[in-house]
Amino acid sequence: MSEILVLVEHADGQVKKVTFELLTLARALGTPSAVWLGIGASDAALASLGEYGAEKVYVVDSADMDDFLVAPKAEALARLMADSSAAAVLLPSTAEGKEIAGRVAVKAGSGIITDAVGVAADFTATQSVFGGSTVVTSRVSNGTPLITVRPNSTAPVPSPGAAARVDVAADISDAAKSARVVGRTVASKGGRPDLSEAAIVVSGGRGVGGAEGFGVVEALADSLGAAVGASRAATDAGWYPHQYQVGQTGKTVSPQLYIANGISGAIQHRAGMQTSKTIVVVNKDPEAPIFELADFGVVGDLFAVVPQLTEEIAKRKA
Amino acid sequence: MKIAVCVKQVPDTWAEKKLQAGDSTLDREAAEGVLNELDEYAVEEALRIGEAHGGEVVVVSMGPERAAETVRKALSMGADAGIHLVDDALHGSDAVATSAALATVLEGRSFDLIIFGSESTDARMSVVPAMVAERLVLPQVTFAQKVEIDGSTVRIERQMEYGFDTVEASLPAVVSVVEKINEPRYPSFKGIMAAKKKPVEILSVADIGLDPATVGLGAAWSVVDDFAARPPKAAGMVVADEGEGGSRIADYLVDQKFI
Ligand SMILES: Cc1cc2nc3c(=O)[nH]c(=O)nc-3n(C[C@H](O)[C@H](O)[C@H](O)COP(=O)(O)OP(=O)(O)OC[C@H]3O[C@@H](n4cnc5c(N)ncnc54)[C@H](O)[C@@H]3O)c2cc1C
Repeated sequence: MSEILVLVEHADGQVKKVTFELLTLARALGTPSAVWLGIGASDAALASLGEYGAEKVYVVDSADMDDFLVAPKAEALARLMADSSAAAVLLPSTAEGKEIAGRVAVKAGSGIITDAVGVAADFTATQSVFGGSTVVTSRVSNGTPLITVRPNSTAPVPSPGAAARVDVAADISDAAKSARVVGRTVASKGGRPDLSEAAIVVSGGRGVGGAEGFGVVEALADSLGAAVGASRAATDAGWYPHQYQVGQTGKTVSPQLYIANGISGAIQHRAGMQTSKTIVVVNKDPEAPIFELADFGVVGDLFAVVPQLTEEIAKRKA
Repeated sequence: MKIAVCVKQVPDTWAEKKLQAGDSTLDREAAEGVLNELDEYAVEEALRIGEAHGGEVVVVSMGPERAAETVRKALSMGADAGIHLVDDALHGSDAVATSAALATVLEGRSFDLIIFGSESTDARMSVVPAMVAERLVLPQVTFAQKVEIDGSTVRIERQMEYGFDTVEASLPAVVSVVEKINEPRYPSFKGIMAAKKKPVEILSVADIGLDPATVGLGAAWSVVDDFAARPPKAAGMVVADEGEGGSRIADYLVDQKFI
């Protein structure tokens, strides 16, 4: 079976869930090899990749990967791709994953598909475009397919692999070390999961009424172990930080459960959440277009409904 | 300082977008074309940097005839000159070919900064800035929520899931900006009048020395096999809150095994 490279998404030595999803997908396409770029590839991390079927783990253990933006990762991945003669490369569809894929496409002369929600055995990819209104199947017609896959597109399923470590020298060119990361600022998010990876997202919009109003949204999110999202109306008003915006010009999320509170459902908001598996809506306007997407909706005041829901969840979990 | 700002004409985001039967490309005639909203932030940032540091701002756009309106819009906001790459051969170009065409236009014009919006609202790939940086072998400082120029250094705050990274590079460099960065200005009446007299260089694929066989739909390295409207979602259940709305959602979540 041909080798499929999977770029590992990791932070602080921990493998992110999207990687397990990509490995699960890759197993249906060939023999998955994980690619770890950067420091921190511990035995435990490798073992977790093995749990999801990685037969090999290529490790480029170099601080250059994190000290400089994108270009070193693209260079290392392009070289691995050439040396391994992989049949395809899967990357997470994050801002950085897409940029890496883009640069590798140029280096390797390969076609690129971004934001896939599925990949078939013949490497045709399914994408959901135009705010989820259209489903497209496409394929790479030149070179080794580079496909970025949206987090939460597949459920990760364990299946043991050898996870044999293969160390690869970094040997990054000076040209690729031109944009230096000089600082990292972590905005506190109170231990909530990453928005784009979270299995559950609880969002608030203009109906939340102000920054304080997000308290009820956060309380609900925390009762479910969810990430918090916001509509643009809420981020533009400064009620919630911009990096939590969901939609056309914010994050695209595809969680198992999306709870929209006080959000009307403008097409630009839908563009970022329409592929969520289950959608629950709380809005006081029965005509709000967001109800068209609802699997379950309540017409009511979110300041009554949401706290009650949070309380009920606590009760039922107890 | 010489600044290029790359802009794209896209269908108005409010309009329904459709792919055309036949070649599966976006039906650009079906909706009004507007300046990609995220590129407005790029134009604004270019103008602000130009105003603060002195220099020329050149709008660069690849697109069909009517993308000339988009170039004018950026000129009416205050850019000094335009370059419009327009050629039937470019129709259906993928990101790889688009980045090649833009890089070819930009190369050798000694820009200190090349600024992009972080994505187009139609294709939403967010890869062209990185690809152009790769092709021109320039530093890539992308997804900036803040850009500072300090002599020959550019420093940005790169928006990240967890907050931001501060990234530094030497000029010349390729920058992309996110919408949080500024508040784009509206063109003034004076600006609109002045834009009519500003120079716009019209270039074809042959003018820039690109082989037409390497761009356009036929040369695309990714192809759309098929597309279909997403099947409509089965109607869900909507209830009015009569004091037990929260509890009913909890029932539903238990039922769906979320709790
Ligand atoms: C180019 C472009 C890009 C955009 N990108 C995005 C994007 O990425 N993400 C995004 O979200 N938007 C985006 N927008 C903006 C979008 O068009 C809408 O303006 C925005 O989504 C509206 O946010 P909202 O639903 O929170 O506010 P509104 O549309 O004002 O809706 C508020 C809702 O709250 C309900 N409500 C009010 N009070 C209560 C209450 N007490 N209890 C219950 N319900 C209540 C109201 O009934 C209403 O339905 C974009 C727009 C453009 C032009």
